[in-house]
Amino acid sequence: MSTSWPLWEVFVRGKRGLNHVHVGSLHAPDAEMALRNARDVYTRRNEGVSIWVVPAAAITASSPDEKDPFFAPAGDKVYRHPTFYSIPEDVPHL
Amino acid sequence: MADDLELRFERTVQADARIEPRDWMPDGYRKTLIRQIAQHAHSEIIGMQPEGNWISRAPSLRRKAILLAKVQDEAGHGLYLYSATETLGADREDLTLKLIEGRQKYSSIFNYPTLTFADVGVIGWLVDGAAICNQVPLCRTSYGPYARAMIRICKEESFHQRQGYELLMTMMRGTQQQRDMVQDSVNRWWWPALMMFGPPDSESTNTEQSMAWRIKRDTNDELRQKFVNMSVPQAEALGVTFPDPELRWNEERGQYDFGQPDWDEFWQVVKGGGVCNAQRIAHRRKAHEDGAWVREAAAAHAQKQAQKQAVKEGAA
Repeated sequence: MSTSWPLWEVFVRGKRGLNHVHVGSLHAPDAEMALRNARDVYTRRNEGVSIWVVPAAAITASSPDEKDPFFAPAGDKVYRHPTFYSIPEDVPHL
Repeated sequence: MADDLELRFERTVQADARIEPRDWMPDGYRKTLIRQIAQHAHSEIIGMQPEGNWISRAPSLRRKAILLAKVQDEAGHGLYLYSATETLGADREDLTLKLIEGRQKYSSIFNYPTLTFADVGVIGWLVDGAAICNQVPLCRTSYGPYARAMIRICKEESFHQRQGYELLMTMMRGTQQQRDMVQDSVNRWWWPALMMFGPPDSESTNTEQSMAWRIKRDTNDELRQKFVNMSVPQAEALGVTFPDPELRWNEERGQYDFGQPDWDEFWQVVKGGGVCNAQRIAHRRKAHEDGAWVREAAAAHAQKQAQKQAVKEGAA
């Protein structure tokens, strides 16, 4: 019987006001143990105030091979950026 | 199509951008990385043993707490690195087996014994110091997860080196016997520390390709020289000497000249002939095998809880 524990991805919120950020992964038998292990592995020096653990198998990711076509829709829409619009410099607060 | 992928890989590496886990990469690149990162991870895990040897005999509660924290860090570093190998498709269980069956290596430095408490200080100062020299450039290595793990590790290694040096300063302020103990320890660890950078560039088989792929950023000899330059003034401040009659400042080069370690000894230890090779592996194997029932019990508990939950949800 294989007793290899599933892989969990770990996300840590560094402090209040920041997003959770991916920091790495670990093996654990269940979610509760994954949280405890994540605390010991990734926050030994107060690196976080909150941890998420997510089964690695539950993550769906975009494929790097289709990077260009996948993100193409945003590529030619320069008008989504504020710098697309020229406004006279003497107009305040804009 | 394959050419296209390879071109994109080369361009990314040349631009000093990072390769990420799901990117296409040459098989050789993947294999080299798995070998190097696994070897590095194994070194952290085996590296817990020489110092762990002194936890129960640390001379004060303060030193014991520091040493415990340090050894726990080594475990953490091993785990960050195993985690990085898994992004390349390596299997954790498989890597553990390769280590305890002697099919993958770890740094030879950990095959030397820790004979006195001064060794704890010298390992922190010189062994972790050499490790830092090796590891700082790896924070810019081309593989993203490895670089990120190295950044975390380097931050923590700084504590390791400083606690070691402080421990030695304390001993040097003590009795003559304690000062002798420090000097004896430095004499024993200096040459093995220089060996940590690997064989001379002229004999290093992996360096060239690894530099081209930007996995490695500096050659073995460059890093060794840097380490010597850094360590000499630290030794002077501490009041110890290095056991190298050829060690002297070279005004022309602006660097220290130094002698070569005994490379025959190096290869002998790499091939398993060091004082502690067998002991280190036997200990790791025992810990892994003794832990089997814990891993099985935790997995069985998790399965049972999941089944209970499923029944509850089915009834609702």
